[in-house]
Amino acid sequence: MPQLTDLLFYAFAGMTLLFGFLCVANPLSRNPVTSAMFLVLTIISMAGLFVLLHAFFLAAVQILVYAGAVMVLFLFVIMLLDLKEEERRKLNKVAVGLGSLAVLGLAGVLVRVLAGATPLIAAGSKPVEGSTRELGRILFQSYLLPFEILSILLLVAMVGAILLSKKELK
Amino acid sequence: MLENIFSDPTFQFVLFSAAKIAVVFGVVMTFVAYAVLVERKVSAAIQDRVGPNRTAPPLALKIPVLGRLLQRWGMFQPMADGLKFILKEDFTPAYVRTVYFWLAPAIAVIPAFLTLAVIPFGSTLGSQKMVIADLNVGILYTFGIVSLGVYGIVLAGWSSNSKYPFLGGIRSSAQMISYEIAMGMSVVSLFLIVGDLNLMNLIQWQADHGWLVLYQPVAFVIFLVSAFAETNRLPFDMPESESELIGGYHTEYSSMKFALFFLGEYANMIASSAMMVTLFFGGWSLPWLGKPAETLLGGLVHIGIFIAKMIVLMLVFIWVRWMLPRFRYDQLMDLGWRRFIPAALANIVATALGVALLNR
Repeated sequence: MPQLTDLLFYAFAGMTLLFGFLCVANPLSRNPVTSAMFLVLTIISMAGLFVLLHAFFLAAVQILVYAGAVMVLFLFVIMLLDLKEEERRKLNKVAVGLGSLAVLGLAGVLVRVLAGATPLIAAGSKPVEGSTRELGRILFQSYLLPFEILSILLLVAMVGAILLSKKELK
Repeated sequence: MLENIFSDPTFQFVLFSAAKIAVVFGVVMTFVAYAVLVERKVSAAIQDRVGPNRTAPPLALKIPVLGRLLQRWGMFQPMADGLKFILKEDFTPAYVRTVYFWLAPAIAVIPAFLTLAVIPFGSTLGSQKMVIADLNVGILYTFGIVSLGVYGIVLAGWSSNSKYPFLGGIRSSAQMISYEIAMGMSVVSLFLIVGDLNLMNLIQWQADHGWLVLYQPVAFVIFLVSAFAETNRLPFDMPESESELIGGYHTEYSSMKFALFFLGEYANMIASSAMMVTLFFGGWSLPWLGKPAETLLGGLVHIGIFIAKMIVLMLVFIWVRWMLPRFRYDQLMDLGWRRFIPAALANIVATALGVALLNR
């Protein structure tokens, strides 16, 4: 009999893939708001996958940052656009073709890499439990430099966004 | 066979969790109903009126003295209100985006109830911890779920397909995101002091060392004011401000769908009061009652203490609503971004320095 966690994994993984697909190619609706809402559902399903990996902190932050803040701002912007025009727009055949090609290529690479990889546990590395304390220790001891570089990158992006959205500089 | 199932720990866990969920849900729904009554009575007292004092089912008046007294206190008013919400016509305007118009009230209510899952409303009762889900990242879970609450309002505003609700939805999304940041930052300093994200342990720490509001008054003020903004209540009720936007995001809603928004607002108020009790006022503990209960009676007393503290904070919510005028929108944004976020950041730095110096 399969374990409950296995069943949950397949449920969440299936939901992630399904909602992700509906986000980019929904056959029933061409409405951008619907796409955004499916992206929110994708993010929530992914948080479920994190929970199954015992990464509670990541799961909470995933929902807090992506579903709770980023996507709300997306919705905010989408709602201010002219949706009618967006819904009428025809599919660009060349773009669809190229896109599918890229997806297939990426999927091929991923499958090959994953097939050749050894599981992390078997390779002898310690599994990182979801404790926030552990995560903080790893971030601020082993990966301090990349972490700080990332923060500076975000700061630059923030300053840039403010600069671009200002109409006239004093 | 049956005994085997009952002694199975998984089954017991499921059973007890289900019981806790049912009880908490029932208590919160009752609280919502009577919070509305208290709101009306308090507003009446503040404005020198009497408030609801007429509603009573015919049979109740037959009870000598008590029947009349309950009628005068308006104790039957919530029943009449509830019945009215159910019986009124559920009207859907012609040009709304139907799917989202129906989804939005549900999305507005669900997060309010989900946040209650991690709040420890008592110490122990028998062998059971009095919290539905004892998560290690309790507070982050709460913030994650709270941040989803904005979807209900935004979708309601957009799907109504008319101008006032839309403005209300836009206002609320900007307001809720802004104050979430200040709110989240204000609690960081608490966890710097305690060193644990689990809310049960947080309360135990407060039982041993004293309430956190004494250590972190700045964080408490920021959290309290942000809670008003997050629950869309006066003085920050710009998303629905009647005088300029009619009803804001719920202008087009009627009957039960409107009732769900209403319920969501009050459930949110309960959740944030419970959160503040947990974070700043020692949860179920009193300064001389700090040990987890060992007897059933002790457990019930702890739950009673928690509920009493929560009621006090809810009265503050209600009181403020009738005492302060509405802010202007730019004042609200200014307060959030230019006052609270820097103050919360400074508070974090100061607390971190203090903790580092004391622990050296």
